[in-house]
Amino acid sequence: MSALETLRLVAGREISTRIRSRAFLWTTGLLVAAVVGGGIVLDLAIGSPSASTVAVTPQTEPLAQPLRDIARASDESVEVISVADDAAAEAAVQQEDVDAALTGDPGDFTVVVRSETGPAEYAMFTVLRQQAALGSVVTELGGDPAAVADELASATLVVRALDPAPERDGGQIAAGYVAGILLFLALQTTAQLVSQGVVEEKSTRVVELLLSTIRPWQLMAGKVLGIGVIGLSQVVLVAGAAAGTALGLGLLDASSLDLGTTLGWALAWFALGFVMYSSALAALASLVSRQEDVAAVTAPVLVLMILPYVIGISIAPWDPTNTIVVVLSYVPFAAPLVMPMRIALGTVETWQVLASFALSAALVPVLVWAAGRIYSNAVLRTGARVSLRDALRVR
Amino acid sequence: MPELELLGLHKSYGDLHALRGMSLTVASGEIVGFVGSNGAGKTTAMRIAVGVLEADAGEVRWDGRPIDLSVSRRIGYMPEERGLYPRMRVGHQLGYLARLHGRSGTQAERAVRRWTDVLGISERVDDEVQKLSLGNQQRVQLCAALVADPDILVLDEPFSGLDPVAVDVMSRVLRERADAGVPVLFSSHQLDLVERLCDRVAIIKDGSMVAVGSIEDLRTRGGRRWQVDGPAPGLGWPGSVPGCRVVDSAGTLTVVEVGAGTGDAPDDVGAALLRAALAAGPVRAFGPVHPHLVELYRDAVSDTTDRAPAGGRGTEVGS
Repeated sequence: MSALETLRLVAGREISTRIRSRAFLWTTGLLVAAVVGGGIVLDLAIGSPSASTVAVTPQTEPLAQPLRDIARASDESVEVISVADDAAAEAAVQQEDVDAALTGDPGDFTVVVRSETGPAEYAMFTVLRQQAALGSVVTELGGDPAAVADELASATLVVRALDPAPERDGGQIAAGYVAGILLFLALQTTAQLVSQGVVEEKSTRVVELLLSTIRPWQLMAGKVLGIGVIGLSQVVLVAGAAAGTALGLGLLDASSLDLGTTLGWALAWFALGFVMYSSALAALASLVSRQEDVAAVTAPVLVLMILPYVIGISIAPWDPTNTIVVVLSYVPFAAPLVMPMRIALGTVETWQVLASFALSAALVPVLVWAAGRIYSNAVLRTGARVSLRDALRVR
Repeated sequence: MPELELLGLHKSYGDLHALRGMSLTVASGEIVGFVGSNGAGKTTAMRIAVGVLEADAGEVRWDGRPIDLSVSRRIGYMPEERGLYPRMRVGHQLGYLARLHGRSGTQAERAVRRWTDVLGISERVDDEVQKLSLGNQQRVQLCAALVADPDILVLDEPFSGLDPVAVDVMSRVLRERADAGVPVLFSSHQLDLVERLCDRVAIIKDGSMVAVGSIEDLRTRGGRRWQVDGPAPGLGWPGSVPGCRVVDSAGTLTVVEVGAGTGDAPDDVGAALLRAALAAGPVRAFGPVHPHLVELYRDAVSDTTDRAPAGGRGTEVGS
């Protein structure tokens, strides 16, 4: 039997055990429900960000195109519909079929609204009214108002920012939160599954039976692999549900979020973070023999997870270029928790992500080697807690 | 026929010398009972034999070669500290262990059915281990050692915690495995059981073997003993036979040991002894003494004058 076959057996047992576990199924179900529910709540809160609709009568019909041009220039969207006459226009406003109606003479039109205009609409209609006035003057002076309107519409404002604030929209901020929270929860729960599994085998002494047949590294690697597969499927499921909800409800229509890249990197960072954290926790857990001692021995690593997460989640969405956030996104162990947020926020270059990933990945061989050594030396020593130094010592 | 050999094993835990150059051979088809007081080194030796512990010095061999992973996978092991996944079902658990030992899926399935049947827990295969009584958990543990159809059996206290029926079943299984050519090494404190079941007995004390051999060997090792119901030894008759010494005397009963090194046929010495006793007075009964393993064991471990290992006091370790 090959080492690979052994790994497959050990990993297979972990997977089938976790899949049967009610706690795991519940957590996954709740996470999926949370992201789907969160998406729906967000959708309701934003309301439909659809374009404002404006009714025009046959008399005000010539204003339709200039209005669309103005809307495009000011980054708003307007839908124009035609109605029979002023009375019909007012009725449409009354029944909230449209947000506003342009009635009366095109050169001196009236905006009919139900209660008031929004600030954006008010600005648009003001420009429209000024253009109409300008048109009359141009006509009086013997010019062509249409040519003037075209000229106006093509005039664009150039803004040059000396210190531009990073651009991010609501969709990116929401994705940043989801990425941060999901990775933290997934890494924390799966890495703890590994440490509990290690101590379960140690405290029930089944480890002695297993290690009379397979090598310690095979047991540890198989466990990490199996729980990793489970954790990754959990992340795929939850992230997939989040993405599906966002796309289905059109939450990201107006966002410049790069969903594919964000998802892909989130999975990659989970895998890398999982290998790092689970090796560390497996090694530490192998030092103790009772479930109640696991928390104490793994606390340093768990704190190592909580700190960057809290800093990241409370600063990054509002200030993605904050120095602490940027630094943490490169520091191994912190990077898997912080970098995915920055990626979702769209404020980081691909080469920067790759550099950070490589930095963390470079640490993996050393970490796995040390973890394997500690685990192999400590896992059969039941009783009092084994000191790290003892476990690392060459035998 | 391949042999399982433990050769010159040394193991220390800090200052504690658990094993001091201990050696033992178990041949194919042979059941060897491993006895010794708590902390004498039985468990340490067995853990080294199955490869979960490394010896400081010495070697474990199978068929003349050091044991590697492919061999240790063929060992059925029952650890002193019982251990199974408590929340895993009996059938899944045994199947998993059989697969880890290199059995195929169908082989494992068949073996699980067979061994749970033999040990009388076949209707519990779908229950979680933790839901079983301790006695039944013990039977599952035995199944775990047997389920991969091992070539070698190393069992640490396989009989402790078993009811008499299970003891009989287990004894039968061990004999049957041995008859199929498997070397069986098991430790036990139940000396009557060891005496009944084992081809050979190995007595360990303070990390060294103090006696190894068949019960018969052990009985004659220190010399034969005769019990005389007749004249008191104070009359001097035992001394008239060369190599004889009185080891016990109460009322009219005298136990005389004939030294192993007299060179004469045992029956001749016996006849000479009887004649000497008759010459001293009337003899009501005369016969050889067949000490039980319990007594042989007591002799072996209490005899510190000539067989104790050199150096060091006896140490109590978590063997």
